[in-house]
Amino acid sequence: MSSAPTVPASGLAAGEGIALDHLVKSFDGPEGQIRAVTDLSVRIAAGETVALLGPNGAGKSTTIDMLLGLLDPDEGTVTVFGRRPQEAVEAGAVGAMLQTGELIRDLKVRELIAMMASLYESAMPVEEVLAITGATGFAEQRTQKLSGGQTQRVRFAVALVSDPELLVLDEPTAAMDVEGRHAFWMTIREFAARGRTVLFATHYLEEADDYADRAVLMSRGAIVADGPTNEIKAMVGSRTIRATLPAASLEELRALPGVSAAERRGDAVLLTCADSDAAIRALIAAHPQSRDIEIEAAGLEHAFLALTGDEGGAT
Amino acid sequence: MSRPAVLYTRYELLRTLRNRRFFFLSLGFPLVLYYLIAAPNRHLHDLQHTGIDAPLYFMVGLVSFGTMGAMLSSGVRIASERQAGWNRQLRITPLSTRTYFRTKVLTAYMMALISICVLYVAGATLGVSIGAGRWVEMTALILVGLIPFAALGILIGHLLTPDSIGPAMGGGIALLAILGGTWGPIAQHGALLQISQLVPSYWLVQAGHVGAGAGAWPAKGWAVIVVWTLVASRLAQRAYRRDTARV
Repeated sequence: MSSAPTVPASGLAAGEGIALDHLVKSFDGPEGQIRAVTDLSVRIAAGETVALLGPNGAGKSTTIDMLLGLLDPDEGTVTVFGRRPQEAVEAGAVGAMLQTGELIRDLKVRELIAMMASLYESAMPVEEVLAITGATGFAEQRTQKLSGGQTQRVRFAVALVSDPELLVLDEPTAAMDVEGRHAFWMTIREFAARGRTVLFATHYLEEADDYADRAVLMSRGAIVADGPTNEIKAMVGSRTIRATLPAASLEELRALPGVSAAERRGDAVLLTCADSDAAIRALIAAHPQSRDIEIEAAGLEHAFLALTGDEGGAT
Repeated sequence: MSRPAVLYTRYELLRTLRNRRFFFLSLGFPLVLYYLIAAPNRHLHDLQHTGIDAPLYFMVGLVSFGTMGAMLSSGVRIASERQAGWNRQLRITPLSTRTYFRTKVLTAYMMALISICVLYVAGATLGVSIGAGRWVEMTALILVGLIPFAALGILIGHLLTPDSIGPAMGGGIALLAILGGTWGPIAQHGALLQISQLVPSYWLVQAGHVGAGAGAWPAKGWAVIVVWTLVASRLAQRAYRRDTARV
């Protein structure tokens, strides 16, 4: 990436950031209308890296489509750097890696990136984009002959080629291997460090925690929490302790420090913990006969249930 | 055209030239058929009272066949880009819808021109000999006759999936070719002639008359091309709107 200071794309007020105001979007489903997004409002300051966190079907992709101008909201407004999304897109200020999408065939990777670069007035040099996204090694390959991980890198290159003010990524790491993921997030970090705005959707709490300044939690088309990632993590990051412990009473276990709930599953007990470190010390001190101890992150789905009180999963 | 549009068109053309389907449908197939049909009849003058020598008649006939394929194949590219989600990716670039379609049509026309050139050379090997001015006039008339097919390509690209578009195109082109007289006129008079005169492929084949020294189309020919163009463009526009609204 060039080290030039951030210059807003022509005519755009980058300082104004992004505003989603009271967005509502419904789709026709087999059983009547499905409300994908219900009264959603978010503001993202320029230069922020924000994670849009939520289980499948929470409305993340619908929100992103409205942000990009691919979908018109039924109600509400979207403003990107002071303009309508379509205008920001026309100004070349927006790059995006959509959740689904293949590459067009019969072009070499380098040619595809050059083709996309030709659409912008001030695109990054093709070789630079290829280098940043780790695609130089297969730049001479035809797009239809790439592996899943390589395809993701090229899609990333397509999103970055305009050197956009706003980069939007919809579950970008879904098809990546571990190594690819790490390199990918390092690139995003460098990009964000240059004052660019990044919004990414994910259902991995760890990704939000590691790479975003702030997390917005969505469930069933609405925002259920919005704050710095460490706060969000504390809110949803509960763990469970599972141990074989036939004799102990649930009453006693519930009273242990750090434990918020206890259930019995045959000979085993399942403790939901706000502070699993304190809980495990107390458990072993009180019940040294505990066996087969496992500690697990509760997972986002579980955390959402706790947070929203939802019984069934979202659609 | 702006510089980005030119560059974009160049890559689009490159993609198409690398596609084997194109070579088969728009170049190889018409060329082989031409020699199969026209070579045995190369000394036949006034084919079925058309007033045109067989090599010239079939040359223009196969040009109509190959160029219909070249023009409609833009639909194949549009349909596969829709299925790949590439049209969504393009909608978050400054590429305008107008430029996108212009690129598709321009590419289709380039392919059609290649098909025309190949068949002209083949025609010359079978003794077709026309003055330079007539070549140009005949080609211009064919290019005009292809306008409705440019709109039809965009239409089917938004209506059909990549799986269904192949058979639909094959069947459609075969029918239009038979009606239009690619394999020889289907009727000299009567209702069948009336029907065949209503399809644009008929007038593509009739462009051969220019090569034989006659004038361009009668008013009816121009009217058929204009009506098909208007109707197909309107339908293509509607299919496009419905498609982007759904996405």
